[in-house]
Amino acid sequence: MPPPEEALKESKRAVNSLRDIVDDDDDDLERVSWSGEPVGSISWSIKETSSSSTSSLEGRDSSLQKGSSSYAAFPKQVSSYSLSSLFKGRNKLPSFQSLSDALSDTGVKNYAPELRRPKAEYKDYNSDWSPKDTVRRMQRGKICSLERFRSLQDKLVLLDEAVAGHDGNVITAVLIFLKRTLRREILFRELELRQVALCHLIHFLKETGEQKLLLDLLRFLDRTEEVALSQYREHLNIQDVEKRKEFLKGCIGLPFSAEDTSHIQDHYTLLERQIIIEANDRHLESAGQSEIFRKYPRKASILNMPLVTTLFYSCFYHYTEAEGTFSSPTNLKKTFKIPDKQYVLTALAARAKLRAWDDVDALFTTKNWLGYTKKKAPIGFHRVVEILQRNNAPVQVLQEYVRLVEDVETRLNLATKYKCHDVVIETYRDLKDRIQLTAYKCKVERGSAEEEKINSILNNMQIRWKN
Amino acid sequence: MSPLDRIANVSILKQHEVDKLYKVESRPALSSSDQFCFLVRPRIRTMRYIADIVNADKMSGRSRKYKIIFSPQKFYACEMVLEEEGVFGDVTCDEWSFYLLPLDEDIISMELPEFFRDYFLEGDHRWINSVARALQLLNSLYGPFGKVYGIGRCAKMSYELWRDLEEESEGDSQGRKPEIGNIFLMDRDTDYVTALCSQVVYEGLVDDTFRIKCGSVDFGPDVTSSDKSIKVLLNAQDKVFSQIRNEHFSSVFGFLSQKSRNLQAQYDRRRGMDIKQMKNFVSQELKGLKQEHRLLSLHIGACESIMKKKTKQDFQEMIKAEHSLLEGFDIRESTSFIEEHIDRQVSPTESLRLMCLLSITENGLIPKDYRSLKTQYLQSYGPEHLLTFHNLKRMGLLTEQSAGETLTAVESKVSKLVTDRAAGKITDAFNSLARKSNFRALSKKLGLIPRVDGEYDLKMPRDMAYVFSGAYVPLSCKIIEQVLERRGWLGLEEVVRLLNGNEFSVSDSAAEDNPAWESQRVVLAVFLGGCTFSEMAALRFLGKERGCKFIFLTTAITNSARMMEAAIEAKA
Repeated sequence: MPPPEEALKESKRAVNSLRDIVDDDDDDLERVSWSGEPVGSISWSIKETSSSSTSSLEGRDSSLQKGSSSYAAFPKQVSSYSLSSLFKGRNKLPSFQSLSDALSDTGVKNYAPELRRPKAEYKDYNSDWSPKDTVRRMQRGKICSLERFRSLQDKLVLLDEAVAGHDGNVITAVLIFLKRTLRREILFRELELRQVALCHLIHFLKETGEQKLLLDLLRFLDRTEEVALSQYREHLNIQDVEKRKEFLKGCIGLPFSAEDTSHIQDHYTLLERQIIIEANDRHLESAGQSEIFRKYPRKASILNMPLVTTLFYSCFYHYTEAEGTFSSPTNLKKTFKIPDKQYVLTALAARAKLRAWDDVDALFTTKNWLGYTKKKAPIGFHRVVEILQRNNAPVQVLQEYVRLVEDVETRLNLATKYKCHDVVIETYRDLKDRIQLTAYKCKVERGSAEEEKINSILNNMQIRWKN
Repeated sequence: MSPLDRIANVSILKQHEVDKLYKVESRPALSSSDQFCFLVRPRIRTMRYIADIVNADKMSGRSRKYKIIFSPQKFYACEMVLEEEGVFGDVTCDEWSFYLLPLDEDIISMELPEFFRDYFLEGDHRWINSVARALQLLNSLYGPFGKVYGIGRCAKMSYELWRDLEEESEGDSQGRKPEIGNIFLMDRDTDYVTALCSQVVYEGLVDDTFRIKCGSVDFGPDVTSSDKSIKVLLNAQDKVFSQIRNEHFSSVFGFLSQKSRNLQAQYDRRRGMDIKQMKNFVSQELKGLKQEHRLLSLHIGACESIMKKKTKQDFQEMIKAEHSLLEGFDIRESTSFIEEHIDRQVSPTESLRLMCLLSITENGLIPKDYRSLKTQYLQSYGPEHLLTFHNLKRMGLLTEQSAGETLTAVESKVSKLVTDRAAGKITDAFNSLARKSNFRALSKKLGLIPRVDGEYDLKMPRDMAYVFSGAYVPLSCKIIEQVLERRGWLGLEEVVRLLNGNEFSVSDSAAEDNPAWESQRVVLAVFLGGCTFSEMAALRFLGKERGCKFIFLTTAITNSARMMEAAIEAKA
């Protein structure tokens, strides 16, 4: 088997012939090449075949007649068709030469032999292809008139053949024809029974941006949720925030599921809030009065950011604000029903970034009914430690939370990793692991308080060591 | 790197009088050149872009020549747009039937990443013809394929269309000695699970971390430990890479350090050489050693960078969660892991991927989890992802467990309108959009989760599961293995049912089985909708075990991030 590199070389060689495009452009021959003609469009071929036009030939056939005397017998569109078929027919050459194939069709050499083919090959050009043959020919990239499929029956047979042929390009081509020649209700009705074709039309309408027709189709199909989503999708293309906001307001009434309706409502409310916050903060920042904005200038606007990012922002700049203001974290938490877990994670990250350790402390402190305080977190304390550590929390802060990690092994790992000596020592003491504790002595500084602590524990006669 | 870069670089194009190169995007191309040539994929947006250029020129009375070269083929819809925009005739069109890009000795890519979304999300069959033509091309190059196996609707359609094309071409490959004895076609949706897993073989990990584009990767300053980025071609020619690409990441370090020591020893031989030996050394060995040195330091740098990134991301914990999902243990724990992942805004694609993995392995999320994860996701990454969730649902990648009922309601409503025969077709069409994955049952039936007795030795793998740390045998590869072994689907009826059918197996009478032929040992694995490097590694391993050689043909190289990105809705 020739290795792929060989094939790659072939492709390179093929690309080398790229010059042909440029060079041949000015060539006389180019004007008669099939690709130089407005061929290939369905409606073009329809126009051309329905009228026996020769007008397009004028002034062009002189060079063609050099090619073959039999050429004159064929109307112009035949040549364009046969040239393209020649080009197509060479596709399966046993190599990767396709580019040069594609380009060489401007040369006279290539179409000449084609023109000398027996007449029989073309006899059927103007005659009726069966729906199956039509589809087949279109699959090979050949031009076929669809105009004569006029009865609904014929159109549908054609469509079914296209679907059976598995070529999406052809299915879409037939659909374009059907869309042009059928009243939409009829087209919709028939497509409802033809799911594969329907997918193609929907995709086509999405790609061409025929939103109105798409919505009509989806409504006809009773796909109300898709109607809503498809309309909602348009907001992505609206740059202006005020316009976007108004658009989203309009989306709230769309036939979403109950669950999604509340998401859309939230989306609207969020943007509404962001616009207010942004205006206020921009003002605050430029006035230069607020310390936090002076110290930490904003890097980007908060507009169109996700809710959690907005919450982070408000925990960062507006942490102490009363619940009444739109920018306060508590207000956001309440308005959007942010779960505790998510709130705590975000607030923690924001306050840790500001190194506001007291706030961090308050975040996890709860009082029970007897007034005792206790540390509690809706997330694992190992996660808390990790976030603190990432924000370069000092060991004193860190170890307080390492101590709270429930799983002993995780606690030991974290404590060792982050040099929370006290926690390590205490954990070994609680585990009554004398060997490990003794070994840990060399990890702490000589003469330090930690070393002293280890020594005093090791000397404690009341502990029953397990080893 | 783009596919074109693999064939013609800028200097070659310049040699051919290309004045300037522009990327087709929304910005206008400012050029004084009097001819434009557009080498494009057939896309409607691109047509609009070209039409805008042509129309702007017309308005300003400027005359230029325009040529559009469609690759791999021209679409009728594109021409329609040109016509509508009034530029038909102003531009000339050509096709470059470029179907196959050999990325490596055993990898051929069609470089059609859009295949995945177009087919599996939109249900558009536009690329099936391209696949059929690619097969036809391979057939004409390497002779008839002896045995054709496949599974999936798209596989079946591609096969049928290809047979159609072959029949027409009057078999000029007939009588040729076949070089590829077996071909296996598979739809990506037969096995989403494997593509969703974190990759841990070196090549996969490099792809997940740095993104391999067209067989080449950009190693940034963190890898090169300089201030430059380096573009590296990753293929069998790279002596270092070719030895580690299929290895589990944990064995790569050892290999690299061994290799470094050897290299050091080679260099050290200089000492004590006389002048003549030194001359030989410099002229014959030094260049190779230097090259090896360069490659070694690059891959070591890459490993370090990967390690750093993965440690930061709690990779260990994530892999653990993934393995639990695959095995079906501790689902609650994994669910809350995913939840936390979302809440911490770790990565939008990773979060999605994990949710999809949960959904597929569990045949859909329970409604309560679905709602809560979705809400948190929208809050963390933006409400517009509502559209993403809808897309994932349609693809069957992320579903609610009750979704099956609503689907049936639509189906039955439609069914009432039509005859039985057509109704069958409709059900079929629906199935392709959202079907049950049956992963748990498949996993059990095919033994995808190896029983652990003792430690799984990743350096000396015993099965394909090594590509996922010994925790899971990729479903796609297992199916291929089983079918090749049985020379058909016989005995796999239950598996086929769980995979929602559409299997086939055909022998080409023209290429009679001749066990003596070397071709019997060659298998072309065709992935419709993308193939991952992990799957390639697994099949290369299988090939070594069974004494056969796999060649891969894929619509594009994929991984979990690319799949998720295909589902994310962006602005038009």
